[in-house]
Amino acid sequence: MEKILSVENLHVSFYSDGGEIAAVRGVSFDVNKGETLAIVGESGSGKSVTAKTLMKLLPKQNSIIKQGDVKYGGKNLVQLTNRDMEKLRGSEISMVFQDPMTSLNPTMTIGKQVMEGLKRHRTMSKKTAYTRTVELLELVGIPDPGERINQYPHQFSGGMRQRVVIAMALACNPKMLIADEPTTALDVTIQAQILELMKELQKKFQTAIILITHDLGVVANMAQRVAVMYAGEIMESGTLDEIFYQPKHPYTWGLLSSMPKLHADRSLPLTPIPGTPPDLSHLPEGCPFAPRCQYALKVCHQYEPGKTKVSTTHTVSCWLEDERAPKVKKPEGIGGMQRGRQSKIAGS
Amino acid sequence: MRNYFLSRLGYMLVTLLIIVTATFFFMQLLPGTPFNNPEKLTEQQLLSLNEKYGLDKPIALQYFIYLGNLLQFDLGLSFQYEGRTVESIIGSRIGPSALIGLQAVVFGTAAGLLLGMISALKHNSFLDYTSVFIAVLGMSVPSFVFAALMQYYLGVKLQWLPAALWRGWEYTIMPSLALSVMVIATVARFIRTEMLEVLGQDYVVTARAKGLTEKAVIVKHVVRNALIPVVTMLGPLTVGIMTGTLVIEKIFAVPGLGEQFTLSIMVNDYSVIMGITLFYSSLFILVVMIVDILYGVLDPRISLKGEG
Amino acid sequence: MGRKPNETPEIPDDMFTPASPGIVTKAETSAAPLTFWQEAWRRLRKNKGALAGLITIVFLIVVSLIGPLFNEYSYSQQDLVRSNLPPKIAGLEWLGFDGTRSSGENTYEERGITANAWFGTDEFGRDLWTRLWKATQVSLFIGVVAAFLDLLIGVVYGGISAFYGGRLDNVMQRIIEVLVGIPNLIVIILFILIFEPGILSIILAMIITGWVGMARVVRGQILQLKGQEFILAARTLGTSNGKLIWKHLFPNVMGPIIITVMFTIPSAIFFEAFLSFIGLGLQPPLASLGVLIEDGYQSMRFFSYKLIFPAIVISALMISFNLLADGLRDALDPKMRR
Repeated sequence: MEKILSVENLHVSFYSDGGEIAAVRGVSFDVNKGETLAIVGESGSGKSVTAKTLMKLLPKQNSIIKQGDVKYGGKNLVQLTNRDMEKLRGSEISMVFQDPMTSLNPTMTIGKQVMEGLKRHRTMSKKTAYTRTVELLELVGIPDPGERINQYPHQFSGGMRQRVVIAMALACNPKMLIADEPTTALDVTIQAQILELMKELQKKFQTAIILITHDLGVVANMAQRVAVMYAGEIMESGTLDEIFYQPKHPYTWGLLSSMPKLHADRSLPLTPIPGTPPDLSHLPEGCPFAPRCQYALKVCHQYEPGKTKVSTTHTVSCWLEDERAPKVKKPEGIGGMQRGRQSKIAGS
Repeated sequence: MRNYFLSRLGYMLVTLLIIVTATFFFMQLLPGTPFNNPEKLTEQQLLSLNEKYGLDKPIALQYFIYLGNLLQFDLGLSFQYEGRTVESIIGSRIGPSALIGLQAVVFGTAAGLLLGMISALKHNSFLDYTSVFIAVLGMSVPSFVFAALMQYYLGVKLQWLPAALWRGWEYTIMPSLALSVMVIATVARFIRTEMLEVLGQDYVVTARAKGLTEKAVIVKHVVRNALIPVVTMLGPLTVGIMTGTLVIEKIFAVPGLGEQFTLSIMVNDYSVIMGITLFYSSLFILVVMIVDILYGVLDPRISLKGEG
Repeated sequence: MGRKPNETPEIPDDMFTPASPGIVTKAETSAAPLTFWQEAWRRLRKNKGALAGLITIVFLIVVSLIGPLFNEYSYSQQDLVRSNLPPKIAGLEWLGFDGTRSSGENTYEERGITANAWFGTDEFGRDLWTRLWKATQVSLFIGVVAAFLDLLIGVVYGGISAFYGGRLDNVMQRIIEVLVGIPNLIVIILFILIFEPGILSIILAMIITGWVGMARVVRGQILQLKGQEFILAARTLGTSNGKLIWKHLFPNVMGPIIITVMFTIPSAIFFEAFLSFIGLGLQPPLASLGVLIEDGYQSMRFFSYKLIFPAIVISALMISFNLLADGLRDALDPKMRR
């Protein structure tokens, strides 16, 4: 497995009227070539900030990378100059955004918008760039690409626009694609099409994908590995099967039991996680999830848990994993269900 | 698009007709007689003058005669200048007004754009605060106050520029500058708000994510999109320039339309007042319509809606 | 299993017992959320420009009211012995208030005058300090009354148009569209030409077209609010239309209305000064800032003080109102209030 990106102990903060907001607090993960890593969490958990940090697209006026490294191809992106980072964006690392309605420039034809990236990173004649753009549009499934290339975003539907955004992102065959909630703003049927398209293109180009989402259904469909984020930290990470079948963290349990399942007993109600995510400018002491956790121990309210390795691929941050903690059984109905999918990396 | 155009044209004509009618009947209500030194005229002379200018006919008839003449661009005879038609007076006066007006718009827009863009790109910096303050100053200080002070200090005291009159290009500098203050301020404020708005848009992040250089992002995506709505400022700017010329031409003794207008007001030259009023109104309405059409051309989102 | 417990030695074992459910309950509840007006006031206070504007306006209002009481001259009292006196204030001679003309001679010494005119006198010997503050009163009065009348007409027109909707709204909107096409400058000048220039006719001339902006703002706001649920709820409960307007809609459109009013006042003050400057303003001995500027401009070459003081006051007033209006817009605009 070839590691292409590794994030180590990343801390990102914002500054506002209310003081410092620690949006990302000590996040670490790796991404391997050609695989999909899903980062899951509620809104405000810091997953989008993490994604934008990798691209260094956060607003400079009010945000700062406090510490940590983002290693990519022998370089530390955190220390890269703006100019070097610009060369990387779009050519090696690309991004697809949440809302295709707003992420395209309304006054520029889509052809021009796709071509812009090509012209920036690849030396090619106008004509080749044009032909390549038509190819790209065809590749992402836009009918009549020769015609549509000269149209404006408002002449496209939401799903079609997201296809254009994907074409833009893939224009230069990047090694890595960061997809920030790529289907959240779309209709369910369109969602499935876009996900299929992404999977297909990933297979074709061997692109690694970091998929940011709150939708566990999307995760199950796309990812090989999963990181669960809460309040700017990764609570648990592991392979898809580990997270879905042997989840260790009460927050993961909560996420899973609040997800509707196709074959589950319909009489069992969906259980939401009580409470709301903490205010990142006034974090409680101890584990950030403790105030909402029904298994919380006294220690949880005072000390942050360290990382526990459950297997070589499975890590969790929870005091329940401590030897001295009482043994807690994960609630009924989580994991267990058949998904008709072979696990690729079994827990050791 | 065509329907939209036609409905705009319809509004334009209705508005013009209302202005013509209102102006005409307002003029009938005006106190005083329109003739030079009426106290020196005999009864007989007054009657013959009234007959000459058609003032002896019933008002309704006068109105329709006036409308008919208007259709042939005939604005009638001046009451003040013997034998001169209003359109020839307007024609002879328009040059200087147009010159200082255009100079003010061109210089003011350029300076305003520069100021506003710097302001937006250096948002919340000292530079931003300074240019915002300059803009507020330019919006607030009445143009005639600014013009009078400039004339006194630059023209009378320091004698850097000619204080008044109209004898060459250097005589246009101060009037144009005085007029442009309002333009600079309005444009700077407008483009700053627009730029800040565009800078916060998702598609700017998309452009950055493509790896475009910061310069390309600003020029191709931010500035281009922020500039489109600036054309809507043309309407208010025209009004501002027209208002400005009335006082500024008076201050700097520019032989333009504005000076003629204030002069005609002083001597009750009704036909000239009416003519210039109509001229100004038509100009304004025309500009507003051009702006509407231009906006549709510049912004691809609008051209398709085609609705009035 | 390669499991490695995180042992931090100082944590006592008894902490590894379930926490009392009491702790579990509330994650966080910060202080009670601020109301709309509290929040707006907080934002306004942080805006230094707006605050400075507010303070300057209050200061100018107070001084314009009590200023004329500080000396014995009235704004209309002529005294040819005291004509064209340059400004002189005892103790402020170093600031230029020393009674010398631009040519250098001291008028007071030449004529043997002992009573100082703080801001000088005009060619009829009227005291310019008193006239200046009287003029400020008049200009402010015109601005405030014009804005208030605009508000009244605009709210009624816009309110009716939006609230009843349908064909009535359609007709009323067409009327507005035609009116917007007429340059208000022209209307104002024609109006003043017909009626004798005076405070009343100037105010009337300005509101003829001035209310249109307010009507549009009010209509837009109401249309936006009309679809919202609390209005539907009130309707369902049988609240009458009149009551709905005043009890429910009105408080909600206050923000944009206040902003519009704050922009109307300086524009009315400007138009008054503008009319006075082209000779369509108030008649002497009445003074407004525009009248004083026009007088000052006429004799600027030799008596620049006559222009400078009213110019400073009108500029300060306009800047302050614009800064305050800007600040209020930022503080009250719901779009900015995320």
